[in-house]
Amino acid sequence: MNVATRWITALVTALSLACAGGSAFAAPSGTPIRIGSTLALTGPLAATGQVHKIVGEIYVDQLNAKNGLLGRPVEWIVRDDQSKPDLARTLYEQLITVDKVDLIMGPYATGAILSAMGVAQRYDKLLIHHTFGIPNMAKYERHFPTWSLGPEPQVTFPNTLLDALAASPKPPKTIAIVTSKFPSVHFMSLGAREVAKKRGVKEVLFLEWEFGNRDYGPIAARVKEANADFLWVGAIGLEGNQLIEAMKKIDYTPKEQFYMYPAPGPMVKSADANNALAATIFEEHPPFTSNPQAEAFIKVFNERAAKAGLPDTAVDTQAAASYSAWQVLDAAVTATKSLDDKVLANWLKKNQVGTIHGVLRFNGPNNYGDDLMRVKQVQNGRWVVVWPKEVAAPGAKLIVP
Amino acid sequence: MNLPGGTLLGQAVLSGIFIGALYGLLGLGLSLTWGLLGQINLAHFALAFLGAYLTYHLATVGGLDPLVTLALIVPGFFVLGVAMQWLFARFRVSPLNSLLVTFGFTVIVETVIQSVWTADFRRLESAYASVNFRVGTLFVPLPELLTLGIAIALSLGAWAVLRYTDIGRAMRAAAEDAPIAAAFGVDERRLAYLVSGASAALAGAAGLCLALSQTLAPAQIYAWIGVIFAVVMMGGPGRALGPLVAGIVIGVSEAVTMAVTAPSWAPVVSFSLLILLLIARPGRA
Repeated sequence: MNVATRWITALVTALSLACAGGSAFAAPSGTPIRIGSTLALTGPLAATGQVHKIVGEIYVDQLNAKNGLLGRPVEWIVRDDQSKPDLARTLYEQLITVDKVDLIMGPYATGAILSAMGVAQRYDKLLIHHTFGIPNMAKYERHFPTWSLGPEPQVTFPNTLLDALAASPKPPKTIAIVTSKFPSVHFMSLGAREVAKKRGVKEVLFLEWEFGNRDYGPIAARVKEANADFLWVGAIGLEGNQLIEAMKKIDYTPKEQFYMYPAPGPMVKSADANNALAATIFEEHPPFTSNPQAEAFIKVFNERAAKAGLPDTAVDTQAAASYSAWQVLDAAVTATKSLDDKVLANWLKKNQVGTIHGVLRFNGPNNYGDDLMRVKQVQNGRWVVVWPKEVAAPGAKLIVP
Repeated sequence: MNLPGGTLLGQAVLSGIFIGALYGLLGLGLSLTWGLLGQINLAHFALAFLGAYLTYHLATVGGLDPLVTLALIVPGFFVLGVAMQWLFARFRVSPLNSLLVTFGFTVIVETVIQSVWTADFRRLESAYASVNFRVGTLFVPLPELLTLGIAIALSLGAWAVLRYTDIGRAMRAAAEDAPIAAAFGVDERRLAYLVSGASAALAGAAGLCLALSQTLAPAQIYAWIGVIFAVVMMGGPGRALGPLVAGIVIGVSEAVTMAVTAPSWAPVVSFSLLILLLIARPGRA
């Protein structure tokens, strides 16, 4: 090889490296893999729907920054189901039959997921979803939940919570259970009644209200009159804050209080919610952040959520379950090197997938695995996991006032 | 069923009066346009929430006292109401079509709110929010007390205008029989602008009360429609004091229901009362 040839070879090599952008991954090429889903981008569930949109965009960007899926770029088609399950059904039908997407990803919230599941079943599509709240209603064999509730969360989670309280310096002897009739929290509250009864915690109040209730004053007054050792609130979204505000107005703070699925941002910012408990699968502290992928995701999510104007930019249950759903899809496609729904579903049933919030398996009843729900508490203006001990924030303990 | 204690019942009644005042205030503008202009203005709810978000914004970003924001919002909304009426008149929108047009306007306002303030929850943290008065064993929160005061003042003011002023008499005459009123020199077109502007301004004032006592989310616009329609129909469209009285009756009934029985029965109360009233007085609405 003469000098000129060596120079030309070196130049071509340098140019090739420059074109690759110095990346360790080859840029994806070929026809994009199209993944279709709907999200509640408007309507009453839009606040959380936006979280799932940001997460999906982050994951797809991360995939395409590497070598996509199977070396092909990924295109995510997301449509607005307006928080309406009936519209979600129509849109999934369109995604499969008109857009002819390769894969589908679940929408947000139980109602829309049930709708999507019906469509997926009709077309034998794999459906990975992130926010389904009533496991015993999910009968389709190719659905895979990444919100790791376990098959019977109405039994397992109240036990986890009462275990935490039983280990505290003041285990509750009486309980007041007040709940919205919103399906995914109502059945948990009914489960909590049974669990409390079995554990010998005396129920001194049980109340139900319709979702969309406007006046929490009388409910707060009844909670105050009952004055139980422990208040279980089957609340979703803003309902928890509304009850806290109503209790504050009559100068009442429960001795210990738990909220099933509160809007995490508003609750952690409320001065009157200090020490309130809630359920979670992920919080922004070790051991969850010990995973490098989780750490990187948190950083990007925080930035993009702030840019999108979300008041609460933290990664918690919603964002973590959503990211985990994409991880599960990625793992199945990568392992099987296939986009065939049957092949992917079979692989998922036989394998476990490591996600940012834990290892998921799908070989239990209705494809549910372990209940990975933990107990978190508002402490000094931030959420920290306090139970079980092995996933508690460093130095954090359950505070019982 | 256990009978509630005196404190519980008293606190529930107070809570019902306060939420009823908010019902009444939200229903006042709707009632006026319905009764005097024959328009069923669904956009009234959107305007009230737009007013609430503007109050939130001016107070949190602009640093204004929430009550001071009324000085900006009320005139602004009056102009908006006049503009809406101009559109209605320009395109000769019928009463039935007004329902559809204003629903469309509501969706547009919801979208605007969501794009500016996002779909996430917003809570106005004002100096009033944490102030409570204690009367015996009962607690009286200041934001709700302000709402009650504003609702009473505006309802009485609207009632007095309609009853004792020439403009009010002209409005009632035009609503009763427009051609005859016109023969007596009543300018129905200009009065319609005034009613529509006043109604929108009332929505702005209701927005202040929403911002003071409620956590805001765009989709909550629709959560109030059913009960406020019940309030307006019970109170009688076009009657200034009707919505306040009906609102308090419904609010207290709901609250006592929640205190005595299961809270999930409360929504049944407002519509049961409305049905009973319509059976007893079929020509009410």
